[in-house]
Amino acid sequence: MEPDAVAAADRARLTRTAVGFGVYAAAFGATFGAVSTGSGLSLAQTLVLSLVMFTGASQFAFVGVVASGGAPVAGAAAALLLGARNAFYGIPVSRLLRPRGLQRLLVAHATIDETTAMAVAQPTPRLGRFAFWATFGWLCALWNLGTLVGALVGEAVDPQALGLDAAAPAVFLALLWPQLRQRGAVAVAVLGGLLALVLIPLAPPGVPVVAAAVVALAAGLRGPAEASS
Amino acid sequence: MTALWAGLLVAAVGSYLLKLAGVSLPAAVLDHPRVRRVAALLPVAMLTALVVVELLDEGGRWGADWRTVAGFAAGVVALVLRAGVLTVFVVAVVTTAALRALT
Repeated sequence: MEPDAVAAADRARLTRTAVGFGVYAAAFGATFGAVSTGSGLSLAQTLVLSLVMFTGASQFAFVGVVASGGAPVAGAAAALLLGARNAFYGIPVSRLLRPRGLQRLLVAHATIDETTAMAVAQPTPRLGRFAFWATFGWLCALWNLGTLVGALVGEAVDPQALGLDAAAPAVFLALLWPQLRQRGAVAVAVLGGLLALVLIPLAPPGVPVVAAAVVALAAGLRGPAEASS
Repeated sequence: MTALWAGLLVAAVGSYLLKLAGVSLPAAVLDHPRVRRVAALLPVAMLTALVVVELLDEGGRWGADWRTVAGFAAGVVALVLRAGVLTVFVVAVVTTAALRALT
């Protein structure tokens, strides 16, 4: 077997999950496309958001502000606040993928909730890298295709009726599950979750998740420089 | 260029630059033991927060749709029964969809 090969069974299992994320992305992408053009954005603007911004929560936030008559600058601020969490995802992602040169530009684009969660949940770095790229491939293709379809035909699918709003919390918990075994992880999860809960009514969208990142920073940077487990 | 295009490009390029900054730490920093611990704990804290926000944030107020929570709970049961990620996904989605169809 080649040194960098991923066993066929693992490949198939991870690809199936990545396709699941793709289906989810297609439905929400179609919703985004319909909401975006319905909010007065052009087809080109809608497509650029999905292609370049490529982070769903930020896209919905930008379009939401514009739809409610807010200034585009205010929309940009809301989008960037929600996108700030991707910067923190970059730390575990770049530890795993070790991007160099031009590859860094693509890894950056691919670093979002779903790809990060899939990558860090795998038992080995090799599987993590495969999971990251498989998830990115399916999600990116179907998010943009969904956006195009939604923008052209309008409200075609209702993710709520399909129950897809339950998918993200359940899947993120499932991907988080094996990581709770590492030392201190349960305490960090509880503290991060509680802080996010408290901040929901107090802080603008995006801040609760970034605040949880600060909990992880504080916990990880504390203690002896040498010890690791 | 319209104000809408300008705001849109600032938001899109800015979002990308945030991601790029995150993956641009030098190898020496990434290999530091403390940063290793941070890298391992970041997804734990952030994914937990994401789950909390997706279940309990209703436009900046605490609130939940019980059918979403029920689908999530069914997914947790599948998880405890050692189901894989894709099964958890299907169980959660089908439960919530069925409850929405019935109520």
